[in-house]
Amino acid sequence: MPEPMGFYTDTTVCIGCKACEVACKNWNQLPAGGGGDWPMTGDSYDNTRRLDGIHWRHVKFIEQIPEDRSGGRWLMMSDVCKHCVQAGCLEVCPTGAIIRTEFDTVVIQSDTCNGCRLCIAACPFGVIDINPASNTAQKCTLCYDRMQAGLEPACSQACPTDSIRFGTIAELREMAEARVAQLHALGEKRAYLYGADETIVGGLNSFYLLVDEPEVYGLPRDPQLPSRNLLPSSLISAAGAVLLSLLALVGLRKNRMDERAASDGGPRDA
Amino acid sequence: MAECHPVAFRWPMKAKVEHDAKLIHVDPRFTRTSAMCDIHAPIRAGTDIAFLGGLINSVVNSERWNTDPFFREYLLNYTNAAALVDPEFRDTEDLDGVFSGLMEYKGNEADWPYDGFAGSYESDTWQYAGWRQEEPGEPRGGEELSQPTRVETQAPTSRGESFDSVIRSLRRPPPPRDETLQHPRCVFQVLKRHFSRYTPETVERVTGCPRETFLRVAETVLANSGRDRTTAWAYAVGWTQHTYGPQMIGCCALLQLLLGNVGRPGGGVMAYRGHASIQGSTDVPTLYHSIHGYMPAPSALKQHGSLRDYLATEGLAEGYWANMPAFIVSYLKSMYGDAATPANDYGYDWHPKITGDHSHMPMFVAMAEGRVKGMLCIGQNPATSINASLERAGMRRLEWLVVRDNFLTETATYWYNAPEIRDGTLGPADIPTEVFFFPTAQVAESEGSFTNTQRMLQWHFKAADPPGRCRSDLWFTYQLGLRLKRMYAGSPLARDEAIRNLVWDYEPDHPESIPGEPDARKILREIAGFRTGQPDRHLAGPDELRDDGSTTCASWIYCGAYPAPDRLLPGSREPDPPGTVGAHLGWAWAWPDNRRVLYNRASADPQGRPWSERKRWIWWDGSRWTGHDVPDFPERKPPGAAARRNGIGLDAHSGRDPFILKPDGVGWLFNPAGLLDGPLPTHYEPIESPVRNALYRQQASPVLKYWKHASNQLAVVGDPRYPYVITTYRLTEHYLAGAMSRWNPWLAELMPELFIELSPELAAEKGIRNTEWVRIETPRGVIRAKALVTRRIQPLRLGDRVVHQVGMPWHWGWEGVVTGDVVNTLTALVGDPNVSIHEGKAFVCNVERG
Repeated sequence: MPEPMGFYTDTTVCIGCKACEVACKNWNQLPAGGGGDWPMTGDSYDNTRRLDGIHWRHVKFIEQIPEDRSGGRWLMMSDVCKHCVQAGCLEVCPTGAIIRTEFDTVVIQSDTCNGCRLCIAACPFGVIDINPASNTAQKCTLCYDRMQAGLEPACSQACPTDSIRFGTIAELREMAEARVAQLHALGEKRAYLYGADETIVGGLNSFYLLVDEPEVYGLPRDPQLPSRNLLPSSLISAAGAVLLSLLALVGLRKNRMDERAASDGGPRDA
Repeated sequence: MAECHPVAFRWPMKAKVEHDAKLIHVDPRFTRTSAMCDIHAPIRAGTDIAFLGGLINSVVNSERWNTDPFFREYLLNYTNAAALVDPEFRDTEDLDGVFSGLMEYKGNEADWPYDGFAGSYESDTWQYAGWRQEEPGEPRGGEELSQPTRVETQAPTSRGESFDSVIRSLRRPPPPRDETLQHPRCVFQVLKRHFSRYTPETVERVTGCPRETFLRVAETVLANSGRDRTTAWAYAVGWTQHTYGPQMIGCCALLQLLLGNVGRPGGGVMAYRGHASIQGSTDVPTLYHSIHGYMPAPSALKQHGSLRDYLATEGLAEGYWANMPAFIVSYLKSMYGDAATPANDYGYDWHPKITGDHSHMPMFVAMAEGRVKGMLCIGQNPATSINASLERAGMRRLEWLVVRDNFLTETATYWYNAPEIRDGTLGPADIPTEVFFFPTAQVAESEGSFTNTQRMLQWHFKAADPPGRCRSDLWFTYQLGLRLKRMYAGSPLARDEAIRNLVWDYEPDHPESIPGEPDARKILREIAGFRTGQPDRHLAGPDELRDDGSTTCASWIYCGAYPAPDRLLPGSREPDPPGTVGAHLGWAWAWPDNRRVLYNRASADPQGRPWSERKRWIWWDGSRWTGHDVPDFPERKPPGAAARRNGIGLDAHSGRDPFILKPDGVGWLFNPAGLLDGPLPTHYEPIESPVRNALYRQQASPVLKYWKHASNQLAVVGDPRYPYVITTYRLTEHYLAGAMSRWNPWLAELMPELFIELSPELAAEKGIRNTEWVRIETPRGVIRAKALVTRRIQPLRLGDRVVHQVGMPWHWGWEGVVTGDVVNTLTALVGDPNVSIHEGKAFVCNVERG
């Protein structure tokens, strides 16, 4: 078995060039939003809007510039599927189309996806959506096809500043911790890793170095898996079943009484 | 740089992450580059010389610069700081913003009234003392500190002899010097006075950059320069595209020389070019005013009547340019082959001579007046270029137009789809031009070379055949040449000899998959040189060139790129091993002679020792120059060698003169020759500005170029109708006029619409909300764009007034997957006098909602 593989994204060196987005689309042959011609959003330099079935990489732009312009920051971050160690999408997929690969990544197999959308709702990061070209749920595969051939994913290979790093999770964590220590030493005390350990859904195989709260980057502070609701929802289901049985009994009894009334010469259709 | 050169920006980021390098960004806007930098210094567009001049003033008055012996040693030995300037020279300090010699422009009005000069300088007073052309037998400089002497003839050098006497006649005495740097006319004192008014207060008032930010930049740059550290400056067209663009870059070079940051690793002034292989297109020029290797184009307006006259006018006896006879004879041999003989001046008379400014802007003005018959437009989109309406008016008067591009660009469809056609002002029937469109191959569909900004030639191999009948530019040019030669083959006219004798021999030895495609390697062989008559004996470097016709080489600077038929060095891909300090000499090939840092003799001290262990690059090992790079210096010339009295070429230089192309062997703080708009950079306002020049009475460059035309009106200074400064730029997501990006849906979706960036303050004043439509107007025209309201744009405080700036990317047009108005509708035909670069970065406009 190969070691778990993934991405480490150092957002402090992301220059927002979107080469990752284009390389991803090129390799995976994903169509452009609106055929390329759609309205600008006015949300800084972000016109990708969000991750979805045809945008598997999304560079976010966060302008933090005070009115007096002192100490302004323009944060950029290339977002992607987190390839969670405990993957909600995989839990809920009814057809088994979502698998965990030998690299510990999470991949949707298009040929067995029936487009039921359960995984879309189950992802706490809002990563998955339907690709209208295939009408199935799609997201980043961490370039499973390239990895099987011993190649680096298209996005990290295209990244000019090495903001996106690809490698074994162990290597990446070591690299990321060293970078956090370096930034702390340089006075950037806000630097921390998001998803590098088990605290977030068992660990993210695509984790981040951030310099602000997760919410600033549109990331959940405490993402929850669908299985979190397993016990309460099963209790509700059980209670519902009991209630339905009772209603059914009542219904059956009524039917019988109606039948009896009919055979007694009540009004009937011809 | 992160915005427009994201791939190259890998290296500054690596320096930042791995070596804690400090990054500074000086720019009107807060861009993706600013986001990565330790300091962002906002300035009003077009005020860079005020900012750089402020840095110069602050450096020369700083304690460290005046006490650290490194700076003085570098300054005295490697720059012209000690040289004395002509006694008649008058600075902008003396003449309130102009230099001595300003006069009316007298050009070639009759034949070519399109040169556009507002004025011109008689620049002889800008020279070194004693260098002015005087009556014969009257040596100058008798009162100078060191007595210049007249030149005596010297034994011929080893090169061919025919032109030696011309070059030798140009020998001048070394300029008189004051080693104490106290003489009021020494370069150092002149420049110190010149920049003395560029105080931090003035910088703030002119540029709008807060004083504290400016001072932080000054301190950081100085702290990172010296024996053990170097500072590098990088710029792109944000510096070049001004009426004083070359002066901005010169101003930075001046600062870098003062700081000892030239010729050393991690130093320099680095140009990030506007287009892939733009470096190549100036080396092997598509420019009108130079021929290969930066030799001036022969001109009908100068003393260029014969090859000898040309050399007497353009040649130099001192420094490496003394080899110009060998360069130009080898060039003429590449043009005319066997027909070029000593008897006919190697075909010099067949060479075209320029009759004025034939660069982009004057050509379109001439076109608009019906003076241009046809145009070949290859990979350019003038229908959306500077003052686009005027350029299209020019194109409408052409008889024929050939457009070669990947897509039907605006230039190919201007006659049926331009705004003036769509709004009914004109119809296609009003335009007599016959337009031919040729679909072209992409770069990966043919073989060839790129030259990048590091002067590095990188060969690219063909990956696939082009689709259908798309053909490479090489194919087109070769086929056009073949047809022209066939057409003129039987002509008895003398004027057609140039075409008849032109060497056009690039037929591949082995059949190509595309019929008629020439052999790119044969073209490189002609550029890089071989022994005349023996095309398999390639040349190893420019030292092998001769002025007797025995060598054929189009470009002396590329000589050696292809030293043997089996050694295509631009195709070499051997980096240095990881973890070593090196110049990656096995990765492709850089001109000249594969040197990676120019003038790298300056990386060692005058005695030839590295300035510091950390900054070792090349050094004298006791018998020769050696190190990480190819020495840009005669390999065996010891540091202690004296300049030979009356020596020619590099013999005129001592063993400590690093700047081998300069006649005096040193870096020029003050330019005694070569520039048309002044020997020192001076802050002028852009021709359109909301404010008066706070430094001098002279408002704008007195010698800028402007083409008077009804469609090329300018706003007057402080015109209340156009109160805002506007700058234009590119985005990472798009490329130039869009032909290579707006047709690509993956790129188009990332930046689908034209927008104008403006501050929330201005937006509030004008009642404009984010993504609403805005009308932008200049005296040349009106366009519409969507508002992008952002604090990345900031109002600037200039003294007691606030000036708003807005910015627009200019990638759009009416064709492609995504379309938008043409931003160059707003720009004017104004330019710099040296190279006719246009002003595209600083002008004025109005914005209104709607």
